[in-house]
Formats: sequence, structure tokens, C-alpha cells
Amino acid sequence: MTAGQLPRWVDYGLMPALNVAAAFLVSGLVVLLIGENPVEAVKVLVWGSLGWNEGIGFTLFYATNFIFTGLAVAIAFHAGLFNIGGEGQAYLGGLGVALACLALDRYVPWWVTLPFAVAGAAAFGAAWAFIPAILQAKRGSHVVITTIMFNFIAASLMVYLLVNLLSKRGSMQPETRTFESGGRLPLLQDVLPGTNFGSAPVNFSFLLALAACLLVWVIVWRTRLGYEIRTFGANPVAAVYAGISPLRITVVTMLMSGGLAGMMAINEIMGSQHRLLIEFVSGYGFVGIAVALMGRAHPVGIVFAAILFGMLYQGGAELAFEMPAITRDMIVVIQGLVILFAGALEHMFRPALLRIFGVLAARPAPAA
Amino acid sequence: MFETLIFVLDSTARLSTPLLLAALAGLYSERSGVFDIGLEGKMLGAAFAAGTAAALSGSAWIGLAAGIVISVALALVHGFACITNRGNQIVSGVAINFLAIGLTALLGQAWFGQGGRTPSVSGGGRFGELTLPLAESLRDVPVIGLIYYELVSGHNILVYVAFLAVPFSWWVLYRTRFGLRLRAVGENPGAVDTAGISVTWLRYRAVICTGILCGIAGTYLSIGQSASFIANMTAGKGFIALAALIFAKWKPVPVMFACLLFGFLDAVAIRLQGQQVPGIGEVPVQAIQALPYILTVVLLAGFIGKAVPPRAGGVAYVKERS
Repeated sequence: MTAGQLPRWVDYGLMPALNVAAAFLVSGLVVLLIGENPVEAVKVLVWGSLGWNEGIGFTLFYATNFIFTGLAVAIAFHAGLFNIGGEGQAYLGGLGVALACLALDRYVPWWVTLPFAVAGAAAFGAAWAFIPAILQAKRGSHVVITTIMFNFIAASLMVYLLVNLLSKRGSMQPETRTFESGGRLPLLQDVLPGTNFGSAPVNFSFLLALAACLLVWVIVWRTRLGYEIRTFGANPVAAVYAGISPLRITVVTMLMSGGLAGMMAINEIMGSQHRLLIEFVSGYGFVGIAVALMGRAHPVGIVFAAILFGMLYQGGAELAFEMPAITRDMIVVIQGLVILFAGALEHMFRPALLRIFGVLAARPAPAA
Repeated sequence: MFETLIFVLDSTARLSTPLLLAALAGLYSERSGVFDIGLEGKMLGAAFAAGTAAALSGSAWIGLAAGIVISVALALVHGFACITNRGNQIVSGVAINFLAIGLTALLGQAWFGQGGRTPSVSGGGRFGELTLPLAESLRDVPVIGLIYYELVSGHNILVYVAFLAVPFSWWVLYRTRFGLRLRAVGENPGAVDTAGISVTWLRYRAVICTGILCGIAGTYLSIGQSASFIANMTAGKGFIALAALIFAKWKPVPVMFACLLFGFLDAVAIRLQGQQVPGIGEVPVQAIQALPYILTVVLLAGFIGKAVPPRAGGVAYVKERS
């Protein structure tokens, strides 16, 4: 162990755990500030999200969204790109899903519609990431700024489409007609025998999300493309010398990232809402950043982080019900704190840990 | 026709004010090399603090002070994460936005129980409209009277503060020692460090300036333009301000014109809602609302001039590598 380095388990285990613990500690202080008991709040939260079948179902339903948006942010991280536009890409992905469902739902069963819906979600999400990608690669426009701008452009575009073109005839609601059975995914409890999630909307897309995790793992760590992505992310200059095209890697990675973000809409639109409606993304794209940070941009970590955030969403809803002073906005606060401590302040504990482990490592030295 | 134009320009001034203050706020931070996408969150936090303090104390000035304090506190969190801990500036900005949206709604509901609103204030709890001298008596003078009465006079004091902040920021950035060093630290912190000036302290001062201006911007929203805080009342204004800052290539006077342009688009969008424009038909409001973002992307793409950010922007300064 050289100076300034920590053991791997500290780097990948202890430090993230400390960061998340700090985030939850501050969240507890916020609960105290409102005048409720933090320990009680945690009990309600955990029971609400894991204590009963329907709670688990809701937790997994939310986790499905987070897995997709988390993977989207993570794969871009590996190429050194920060895709902050998951929100807009997922919104557009919803359009792709809805078009496929609206076209097919009356004629074919759901498993025929699904591939088209997946293709639609991925293609529309990827398309929305394509322009920022190409501008970054060719013109050097910072992808963070352009993807933020594209989130807002997506919001305006979708409102326009839903209000003027896609809404039901004679209805003032900015939403499409409800899909027939050919445009609805089966619930998870109907697919996996022996499971029971009550009336929770967790559906077939949860399995799709797990498959996406596997796919991302294979692409990033087991293919030549993934090697090139990681090389480019680690050192763009060296990557160019190694014959890796920055243009190709930037565009391909952002397309995959946008496609994954778009896939979120499968769960929300085809799995639960069964119609395209306004603002269905409602922050899932942004939370993907927290999920990717907490999961250290690795699919396994992302699944765990997604389930934790799913618990927060579901448990937070129960909490708002049990303790009316704590509204669902508490979840947003916790997310903010997790992003702050696990993301922006990720190195806060490093100097202290370095000192502790420096002392521990130095101690056996005189004996040797 | 002329009157309509004046009314549109009048609402342009009102709608540009929060953008202008927030964009100038971002200018200080970003010129010093600290990117800030948390302008939105700081404005929101300030708006809530101002609304709360004004409602409790009945004084708009105490509201303003509270708004500035909270906004500076959030700016210092950003500084602590990005300057002291060398964290990712984008991630930190995202975190601050989340925190502000969540905390304002949560505390607003817990304290006042009105769905995240703060109690309405009136009279001394708000920044009322000022009537400039002679405005009443000049009102009937053709052309000039209307311009002076409607457009120049009749705003609250924060509007004038915002527009005065433009020459002031220009003077600070280009005519003071602090400004020179601030610009230098955004381009080449190593050189500033070599000259014996603390990069850390300089950047902290820059983010504090950002906090102060964002605080005024948020205060304007809750107790200047309206009479109370409403949950998520910034509604993306921080990001339009960021777009304006980029659109103006990080320069104070162009920032004002960019904000006026984006404010004008907003005013026109409100005016055109559901109206027929001769020759074009009904213009979709969403198209005008998206225009600031589209224009910024086009600019970033380098099709109308080139927006070059401060060279050291986004990178934490490491004094020594051990």
C-alpha cells in the first residue's frame, strides 16, 4: 500500500457506506426539525416498503424506473460523459412506447407489441441524446449544458404533441387514449408463479431491467466496445493514440445512454399507466444520477441503489400517510442529500480515513 | 399598437429581472472557474426564506436579508463540495437543486400547512411599486410620457437593483483588482496561485457573490413579483438564466441583453396564448417557451459565434500532488 492509497474494501465499501450514512443522518436532523421522531420515521419507511407484499411490489416497481435511468447515467460515466438529460430522453422514450402501443394494441397480444415498444422507447430516447452527442463530439459543446437544454425542449415538445396531436378527440386532458390489452404488460405476479404483490403495478419490465443490467455489464466489461469506452473515459488523449475514435465512442455511448433512459417509459407507460400522459417522468431521470453515483456505475451496485431508492419512494408514501407533517417531499430531500454526500462530497472522509489507515498500516512496520 | 408594445416591454422588464439577477450571479461563480447549475435551487431556497421571513416579520427587508442568507448558505455548501473537497461541480449543483425543491416544499407544508405556500404578505411585507418622480405629471405627454410612466417607472426596487447590477458587475469584473483576479482564477488558477493569491479564498468569495445575487433573485420572485412563496415557483428560471449566461458568453452587458431577449420571449408567449397571428395562424406557445433553450443549443453548436467557457471551469484546483 503506497501513501495516499486506501485498501480496496475501504474505497468501494466503507467510504460509500459512510457517505450514505452521513446523508441519512442529516435527513434524520431534518425530520427532527419538523418535530417528528426520526427512529419512528425509519420504522414506518422500512415497514411500508418491505413489510408487506404490496409494499414490496411498489418498491420493485419504482426500482425498475431507477435501474433504467441509473444505467443510463452510469454507461455515460464510463466514457467520461455526464448525461444529465435522462429526464428528456425518458420523456421522448414514452412517445416511442405510446406510438407502438397505439398502433398495435387492438390487433396483437402484448408480447408482439413489446419488441416494437422497446424499439420505440430505445430509438426515441437515443435520438434525443444524439444531437447533444454529436455536438459534443464535433463542435465541443459541453454535453451537460446541451442535455439540460434538451430536457426543457423535450418538455415543451411533449406538451405540444399531447395537447394538439395525441390527445383523445373531444377531451381536454393532455393524454392519449388508454391502451387495449395488446398494449399492456402483464403484472409480475402473473408472470412469476408463486409471487403475490397485491395491487402493486410491478410488471414484466422489472425482468427487462435486470436483463438490461446484464447487457450493460457484458457491453462495458466483456466487449471491445466497452474496453474502448472505458479507455476513452479514463484518458481521452491516450485513447486517441490507441486509435479509438472520440466521435464514435461519444456518439455510441450517448445513444446507448439515451436508449436506456427511454426504456424507463416501458415500465411507466406500458406497464402501469397504459396511456401517455404529461410529465410522467417526474424526476426519475434526475434520480438516475444519484442511483449511478451510489451504485458506483456498476450494474450490481445500481440494482441495490435502485431498490434503496424504490424503498424511499414507497416507504416515503407510507410515511406521508402515517406522519402527515412529513410529506413526500422528504424523499426529494433525501435524494438531494444522497447526491450531495455520495456524489459531490464523496472524498470528504478520505483524508480522515487515510490518516486512520496510515496509522494502522504503519504500526506493524517496526516489528518487521 | 404602440401601447401594446409598451405593455409587452413593461412585462419584459418584470420577467427579465429574476433571470438577470440569477445570470449575473452565475457570472461571478463561473468566471472564477466554478460551474453552477444550482442557480435554480439557490433562487428557490431564497424565495422560500424571503416569503417566510416577510410573513413572520411583516418587513420585506427582513425577507430580503433572510433570502440572501439562505442563498449564500447554499452557495457555501456548493463551495465546500467543489472548492474544499474538489467534488464534481455538476453533481453538487444537482444536489443543491434537489435539496431546495424538497426542503422548501417540506418545510412550507410542515410550518404553514398550505400545500407548500407561505402566508400571503401585503403592504410592508412586499416590495411595492415605486413611482418615480414626475411620472404622474408627465403621464399625458405623448410617447415619452407613456414610456416613462409605464416602462421606466412603476417597478419595485429590486427591478432597478437588477439593472444597476449590470454596470456594477462590469465595473467589478473589469475595473477592480478583485475582478481581475477573479477572471484570472477562472482561466489559469496556477498562475494566480504562483502570484501568492489564495485560489480557495478567491473562489469562495466568488460563490458568495453568486449567493447574494441569487438571494435577491429569489426574494424578487416571492415578495416582489408575487405576495407569497409557492412550491417550485422558480419553474426552471435558474436554467433559463444559465442559458442566458452562456448565450452572453459569460459577459455582463451581453447577459443583460440575453435576459431581456428571453424575458421578451416569455412576455410574448403569454400575450400570444390562444391568439391568431395574421399570416401564420396560431403560434404554439410551447415553441416560444422552448426558444431560449433552442437558441442556446444553436449558439453552443458554434453556428452563431462561439461560446467559450472560462478555461479552468469545472476543474477543481489541486495545489500540490502528494
